[in-house]
Amino acid sequence: MSALLQAGQVDARPIIELSWLDLTLAAGLILIAFGLSRWRGVGLGRDVVVGAIRSVVQLVLVGYVLVYIFAIDRWYLVVAALLLMLVVATKTAVDRQDKPNRELLGIVGVAMLIGSGLTLIYVGAAVVRTDPWYDPRYLIPLFGMIVGNAMNAAALAAERLAGEVAARRAEIEAYLALGASPVRAAQDAVRKAIRASMIPMVNSLMVVGIVALPGMMTGQIIAGASPLTAVRYQIVVMFMLMAAVAVTGTLVALWYRKTFFTPAEQLRYEAG
Amino acid sequence: MSISPPVTPPAFALHGVRLERAGVRVLDDVSLDIPDGQVTALIGPSGAGKSSLLRLLNRLDDPDAGEIRCRGRPVVDMPVRQLRRQAGFVFQTPVMFPGTVRENLEVAANIGDLPAAEVSNRVVESMGLAELDTALADRAADRLSVGEKQRANIARALMTGPEILLMDEPTASLDPETAERLGRTIRHLSTACGVTIVLATHRLKEAKAVCTFVVMLDGGHVVEAGPASALFEESAHPRLRAFLERVG
Repeated sequence: MSALLQAGQVDARPIIELSWLDLTLAAGLILIAFGLSRWRGVGLGRDVVVGAIRSVVQLVLVGYVLVYIFAIDRWYLVVAALLLMLVVATKTAVDRQDKPNRELLGIVGVAMLIGSGLTLIYVGAAVVRTDPWYDPRYLIPLFGMIVGNAMNAAALAAERLAGEVAARRAEIEAYLALGASPVRAAQDAVRKAIRASMIPMVNSLMVVGIVALPGMMTGQIIAGASPLTAVRYQIVVMFMLMAAVAVTGTLVALWYRKTFFTPAEQLRYEAG
Repeated sequence: MSISPPVTPPAFALHGVRLERAGVRVLDDVSLDIPDGQVTALIGPSGAGKSSLLRLLNRLDDPDAGEIRCRGRPVVDMPVRQLRRQAGFVFQTPVMFPGTVRENLEVAANIGDLPAAEVSNRVVESMGLAELDTALADRAADRLSVGEKQRANIARALMTGPEILLMDEPTASLDPETAERLGRTIRHLSTACGVTIVLATHRLKEAKAVCTFVVMLDGGHVVEAGPASALFEESAHPRLRAFLERVG
C-alpha cells in the first residue's frame, strides 16, 4: 500500500530543460531517416527534411501562441484558437478525399463541431471541471487530441462511404428498384463507413498501455506528474476520443450518404 | 344511348422524352405508348437507348425533358416508392443481397410492408411464378447458377406485388436453352398473372416468341412501334428491316 502511495506522489525533481543545442543534436535522428531514404532510393529524403523543418516551425510557432494565450487568459482567445484548430482539421480531412467539394466541407465541419465540441464540453464541465471554464491549459491540449482523432474519423468515414457506394452501385439500385428508401438502400455502405472510422480508435483502446504509452501520458510523466494521475487523465482521454470519433464518423457517414441521392431517391449518375 | 367501353390508358405513355448522359443524347424526343397487359419488347442495336428508356419508367433516372405517364398519371406526381413497387425492375446482371434466397425475398417483402403472416406464402408463390425450385429457398443466394439468380431476381421483384415488370436484358447472360425457358416463364407471368411486361432484349428470337408488342429504338429515336406480328411480318421501314436481317 505504501509503495502504491509513493508511486502516486509527484516527482519533485525539476524537469530537464532542452536547449537549442539539444534540439540540434535531436536533428541527427532526422539525418538517419534522411540517409536511409537516400541510400535505398525510397524517394522520401526531401519529404523527411521538409517535414522536419515544418514540424520545427509549426511547433515553435504554436509554442509562442500558447504562451501568449496562457498569459492573456481571455475566453474569446481560447475559443478562437479552438475554432482555428477545427477549421484546419476540417479542411485537411476534406482535402484527403478523391473528390473534395464544398458540400462535404460543410458536412465534415458541422460533424466535427458537434462531435468534438460536445465531447470537450462534457469533459471540461463534468469530468475535469476546469476553473475558469475556458482554462486554456486544459482545453487547448484536450481539444487538440479530440479534433485530431475526429479529423481522421471524418476522413475515413467519407472515403469509405464513397468507395462503398461506387462498389455497391448495382446493389443500391436493386434496393431502390424494389421501392426501398435511400436509407435502406445504402444501409450496408453506411455501416461499413462508420465501422471504418471507429476501428483505429477501438484498436487503440485495446492496446493502450501495452503496445504504446500515449503521448499525453508520457508528457505528464516527464513533466513530473505521478504516473497514477497521468493514467487517470489518459483514461479520460481515451474515452473522450472514442466518443468524439464515434459521433463524428457517424454524422459524416449519415449526412454524406444523402449527397449520393437525388430528391427523387435516385442514385446520382456521377456518384462514386 | 350507346355507352362506349372505358378506354384503358397505356401502361406507360412517353411524350417528347429526352435524356442526356455526359453530353451525349441517349434518348431524343421519344414519344411512345406502351400498352397495358401485354409483353412489350424494346429492340434495337447496342446503344439504341433500350436500357436507358427502361430505367426512366420506374424513375431510377429522370429525363432531361418530356413527360412520362404511368396508367395516365405523370410519374413525377406519384410517390416514387409506390411507383417502384408497382413497376418492378429486373436488371441485366442479377444482384443478390447477402443471405439465402428466402432472405432475399423477405427483404423485398419488408420493403413492401407485406404483413408478416403473408410473407411465407408470398415467398413460395413468387418462387413458383418465377419457376424457381422452392428447394433452393434456403441456399446461399450467391451460390446459385446465373439462370437461378435471374429467376430469384424475378421472384424478388414479384414480392412487392407489382402490376408491371421492367426487365433489362434478363436473358443476356444465359445460354440459349436457359434463355428460352426463362422466356416461357416471362410469357407465363403475363398470360397467367396479368403482369404487364416491358422487356429490353437483343435476342430477336426471344422478342418474336415472347412479346406481343414491339418497339424498335435506334440512336435514341423510336424507329417503329406496333403489334409484334405486324411489325415483324409487314413493316417496310428500311432501318427496321436492316436490323432484322442483321440479327435475325
